[in-house]
Amino acid sequence: MANDIHHDDIAIIGWSISPMVRRIGFTEARMLLDVVTGAVADAGITRDDVDFTCAGSCDYVAGQAFSFVQNIDAVGAWPPKRDSHVEMDGAWALYEAWLRLQIGDIDVAVAMGSGRSSTSDPELLYSMEMDPYYLAPLGADAMTFAALQARALLDAGKITERQMAEVAVRTRRAGKDSPNSQVTGDFDADELLKADYVRNPLRRHDLPPITDGACAVVIATADKARELCENPIWITGFAHYTEAHYVGMRDLRSSPATTLAAKAAGIEDAPIEVAEIQSAFTHEEPLLVEALGLGADTVINPSGGPLTANPVMATGLVRIAEAASQIRDKGKHRTLGHSTSGPCLQQNLVCILEGGK
Amino acid sequence: MSHQPCAIVGVGQTQHKTRRWDVSLGGLVREAAQRALDDAEMTWKDIDAVVVGKAPDLFEGVMKPELYLSDALGATGKPMFRVHTAGSVGGTTGIVAAHHVETGRHKRVLAVGYQKQSEGNAQFALGSGKGASIGAGGAFAPYMRSYINRSGAPLDIGPMVAVKDRKNALKNPYAHLKIEDISLEKVKASPMMWDPVRFLESCPSSDGACAVVFTDEEGGKRAAAAGRKPAWILGSAVRSEPSSFPGRDPVAPVGAADCAADVYQQAGITNPLEQIDCAELYVPFSWYEPMWLEGHHIAAPGDGWKMVESGATALDGSFPVNMSGGVLSSNPIGASGLLRFAEAALQVRGMAGEHQVEGANVAIAQAYGASAQYFAMWVVAGSLDPFGN
Repeated sequence: MANDIHHDDIAIIGWSISPMVRRIGFTEARMLLDVVTGAVADAGITRDDVDFTCAGSCDYVAGQAFSFVQNIDAVGAWPPKRDSHVEMDGAWALYEAWLRLQIGDIDVAVAMGSGRSSTSDPELLYSMEMDPYYLAPLGADAMTFAALQARALLDAGKITERQMAEVAVRTRRAGKDSPNSQVTGDFDADELLKADYVRNPLRRHDLPPITDGACAVVIATADKARELCENPIWITGFAHYTEAHYVGMRDLRSSPATTLAAKAAGIEDAPIEVAEIQSAFTHEEPLLVEALGLGADTVINPSGGPLTANPVMATGLVRIAEAASQIRDKGKHRTLGHSTSGPCLQQNLVCILEGGK
Repeated sequence: MSHQPCAIVGVGQTQHKTRRWDVSLGGLVREAAQRALDDAEMTWKDIDAVVVGKAPDLFEGVMKPELYLSDALGATGKPMFRVHTAGSVGGTTGIVAAHHVETGRHKRVLAVGYQKQSEGNAQFALGSGKGASIGAGGAFAPYMRSYINRSGAPLDIGPMVAVKDRKNALKNPYAHLKIEDISLEKVKASPMMWDPVRFLESCPSSDGACAVVFTDEEGGKRAAAAGRKPAWILGSAVRSEPSSFPGRDPVAPVGAADCAADVYQQAGITNPLEQIDCAELYVPFSWYEPMWLEGHHIAAPGDGWKMVESGATALDGSFPVNMSGGVLSSNPIGASGLLRFAEAALQVRGMAGEHQVEGANVAIAQAYGASAQYFAMWVVAGSLDPFGN
């Protein structure tokens, strides 16, 4: 791989993930301050070395218009910085930063994602993400739409409720070893399956926790990355696609946007050893694994994934940071981070990473 | 790593009005996007990626509306990107869309900015539903008052800007406010809203959308060969700075100056007043015209108001500003920045109709947001090398 690095490649050179908690006792800007400080320190640089910043956050999650404006204090934008903000997960902020560095005039960027879901009521909030004329008035939230998709998969015989419970058992166990998990431990699938449905066919263990958290990732152009970092983690493919908003227009037993993004990111070029995917509901894991075309050899969500900590607006960027960590800290060579947004996996992003060894 | 040329080959906008109750949110953005595609002689299938920009989702009560708008904007099976950088968002949207092309990642990209302010209550949303919002006018009034004190500008300058922009709006078929009998006396007789800004020196609250089609060098040259003149992006830049801290000058922000210096350098502009033919600046309140003329190095500090007073910024002046009528005449917030950027492109394409500046070949556009702390600018020209370098 190292010999294949092109002049216009971009690499991850540092990151920081905040503690993942049910409710943090300070502001979103403070959460970001900590992860930006952590990420630039991890990269061995200072804020002054950062040429471009891009944040991903959501006014509705924060419960305030222009909420990201306060977060600029975490960046330390003085002297004024080249800076942008997406009302999307931080994974898309990374995408914008990745595009920006390819222009070629600057070398280092920080992408961020942050959200304090504890300040909102998800049942009220996520129904407002739907078509305002025909879907939002139904009051159907993200769990309701997820339940529809789970039902479609169950009816198609693609999964069973036991398999869903086993995903929860496995990820909660994996999360025990992760410092960035919130709901972890040893559980028994038989016991979990005795619980009542929250939204039929979803039980509590099929759902993500409510999490406050943030993440920041530092990227650099090829020459700068080599200068700053012994083992840069190269972004070898990065793509995202959307589908129709109306779930009735889609085949919920598939995720074509995920497949499109994976192919555009070059997933077929070589095997993926670890995939960190944004499966916030248990049934989404097998669906996404199939859509990504991953085999049985690929380890899925060794961090525990979104079922153990789901800091909305940062969940996707955390996946990419965790995928990078697998290369730098666990000796893997080729990993993947996935993010999603919208009802029933409407929008999907795939970022493929490779070590230089 | 290469920065490839990017051309604007399609521009579309809606009729901007207080209430576009004849269309849904989807209908509104589609109206602008269809017009941009028609202008570019493209169909929905030709577009590789869509970038949507708008100001706070709380204004319409739809969270992350790009999800719902994917269908109306033909984005299914394509990348859909959503930008939000406060009032500067329309400008940032255009710049991010251009980056999709300039990096060589995509060939044809559609950017759309919109706001449908009649769907909600912007004043309420600005206060995040907590009430007691002083609104944008209240937030900017102290900066404008400070500018007056600092520059010694005569108090008629603000009303003069308002009259000029409202007269320009009469020549723009898409403009929201059309005040036929506008005059200095009428502006000065209108109620004082946030001293020094009167009602007729303030922007309206509009429903509207703007769309721009971007393409690569080959696409731009093909359009030119077919007799559809493109606008070429010579430079683009963004800057942000914190809202408030001792030492920040919100009247002439460093971010604004840095942003301007960056785009001028990219475009090879050393004398903005001479080399730029016209400008679309984000002027939601009258006094921001002289403030941004100075803030972006077009006029020397203290001289911006003199350009207004001398008539230099009028449509037939030596440095026309806001030929379209500007934000003072139409303000669908999320679209307002992209409208500035699109109007600059229309000027250098020679397609601005009645408000065309004759022979305009180099134009700048600017948008700003939040507490005058987010800035986006670009320079466009009718050719890739307008200064013959």
